Amino acid sequence: MSKMSSSIEPADPRAARFASIAALPLRPVGSRGAGSSFAAVIEVIKQRQMLDLLIRRDLKARYKDSSLGFLWALIRPLTQLAIYYVVLGQFLQAARGIPDFAVYIFAGLTVYGLFSEIVLGGVGSIVSNAALVKKVYLPREVFPLASVGGALFNFVIQGVVLLIAAILFGSMRFGLNLLYVVPAILIVVTYATALALLLGAINVYLRDTQYLTEVIMLFLMWASPIVYAWVMARDILGDGILLELYTNNPITLAVLGFHKTFWGAGGAEQYPGDLLLRMGIALAIGFVLLAGAHVVFRRLQGNFAQEL
Amino acid sequence: MTTTPDSPIVVRTSGASKRFVVRKDNSLKERIVTLGRAGRRHREDFWALRDINLEIRAGETVALIGHNGSGKSTLLKLIGGILDPSTGSVEGRGRVAALLELGAGFHPDLTGRENVFLNAAVLGLSKEETEARFADIATFAGIGDFMDSQVKFYSSGMYVRLAFAVAINTDPDILIVDEVLAVGDEAFQRKCMDRIRTFQEEGRTIILVTHSMPQVAQLADRAVLLNHGEIVVDGDTNVAIAAFRDLLEQRRLEELASKKREPDDPSHARIVGVDLLIGDEPAIVVPTGSNLAVEIRVEHPTGIDGWLVVLQIDSENGQVVFGTGSDHAAIDPGPLRGERTVRIDIPELNLGGGKYFVSVALQDVAGRQLAAAQLIASFDVPAPSATWGVLGSTPVFSFPER
Repeated sequence: MSKMSSSIEPADPRAARFASIAALPLRPVGSRGAGSSFAAVIEVIKQRQMLDLLIRRDLKARYKDSSLGFLWALIRPLTQLAIYYVVLGQFLQAARGIPDFAVYIFAGLTVYGLFSEIVLGGVGSIVSNAALVKKVYLPREVFPLASVGGALFNFVIQGVVLLIAAILFGSMRFGLNLLYVVPAILIVVTYATALALLLGAINVYLRDTQYLTEVIMLFLMWASPIVYAWVMARDILGDGILLELYTNNPITLAVLGFHKTFWGAGGAEQYPGDLLLRMGIALAIGFVLLAGAHVVFRRLQGNFAQEL
Repeated sequence: MTTTPDSPIVVRTSGASKRFVVRKDNSLKERIVTLGRAGRRHREDFWALRDINLEIRAGETVALIGHNGSGKSTLLKLIGGILDPSTGSVEGRGRVAALLELGAGFHPDLTGRENVFLNAAVLGLSKEETEARFADIATFAGIGDFMDSQVKFYSSGMYVRLAFAVAINTDPDILIVDEVLAVGDEAFQRKCMDRIRTFQEEGRTIILVTHSMPQVAQLADRAVLLNHGEIVVDGDTNVAIAAFRDLLEQRRLEELASKKREPDDPSHARIVGVDLLIGDEPAIVVPTGSNLAVEIRVEHPTGIDGWLVVLQIDSENGQVVFGTGSDHAAIDPGPLRGERTVRIDIPELNLGGGKYFVSVALQDVAGRQLAAAQLIASFDVPAPSATWGVLGSTPVFSFPER
């Protein structure tokens, strides 16, 4: 029978393969193989080529058949800018208290856009990659991280436009204030990634999460000084605990950081005191939350394949 | 492929079990309403696998067999790391390529080339490795210029060919295959089989799930039979296949028995018995070239006008070696009331050495099965000297000078 044909076989490649396998330790397979959270992070880093390909896949697939392509990534925020500028700035006269209102809004929209795109992409990332999650083992963290990557790409495009606009309007003051953009981006990426991991995992079990998140993102946009000034909020909230809560919201801090960098028209009275310190604390808390979200993610991922 | 007993273990499951919780409440509202103790009533445990102890050594080709829902795909997912076991552990080493679905993660909007890189990365290849193998993959898939078209424009054949080409050109130590070997046209299937053989020769471990028993007998050197999430047989492929057939038959009988309890099902055709005869003597051993007769006694208590009888002989690894039916022979057996006997003479049955199984079935004119008796009888054929295979003939070697 067919087994006859196997009698002639070179022993060497087999022996070499067996020897190389024998040299490896037997390890638990799948997500338990990584052991600690730290080891899991290492494993994700090893998969960075995979991550790169996933990000490219998402970006390419999104604009593949459109003739304007990546321009669409700009058209949406620019439209948003136009609406807020005209309706809020001119009709409702918000622009009166805020010089260079267009740059002011666009700076806030850009940083908030990054946050919401990461979170909204991340919350659906595991479910939308069900075909992969169910069929092959990959460190599942790559899927939320791919939405972080995709969002960062769009953010960079928008950021360049913001920079050019800010320079053209002459609203930028060149000095150390430009550095505020660094902690602002870090804060947004840290918190958004933590939420993307956490919500992405929960969404596998409770599909309502996705829709709930969309609603919350709508709300959060108005809980930060994006289309109005921080001082307007202070005038209403008073100097008490409410203002502290409002100000220390990481998104608010990031938006204020962006204003510091791109919108030079505002004086020191436009910002809360100790902005840099607040940002530092928010960032430290953000890192802890990110680590916590990762732990939760790892606990939930064992049953992803069967829940999808 | 035989393995040396000292080849290293590549997969070990120790007491691995998998429990699925079947929930009846899936929305947030329902979850909150049924939170806590009340929620338990909305959950149902289902053990897909129980206490699986399995050791697979490098270079082995192991087939997981069992009927649908026996847990073989779940076991494959545990081994592939896609699911975590509920209890027990699953350990492994070496590079694993899991082909649970061809083209998992193929994105319809990307070109074939882009998908090759993505799919190869999913299967564990780096970009450089994929680039080095790209020509091989393209040749194997044989889809030509379509490589740069979007995958959504592919025919289903091209799609699976490309997916298989990627999978087969990765360099896995362990290849996990779920029902994907039956893709493409015949030429492509042969190419796949050849590649599997090469894999075996190179000492790669192959773990496969398939419903094709001939494929099991051909490829695997060990088979694991699962039933209701437990290992029933673990060992020789022929033993496992025979046990699987017994199980299937048992299930069929059980189904039949449960059907009989239904009140308004008036009549049942029945196969009363099957006798194998040579001449008029009962036969257990059927030498090559015998005139075999099969007598099938059938019964229909209430009577039926149109019916036909089907006979099939299988080899021990499940390959059909002979089949016939009264409809194919254009014979109208007339109405069936009470018991009747059908005699089928098979002159000069030139079978090769081995054990053979006889199955018969009774069908109505539309081809619906009325009664079936799987493997109801068996016989042995002594191998004609110097031969193997299902066809029996005595070869003569000579060396004519031309």
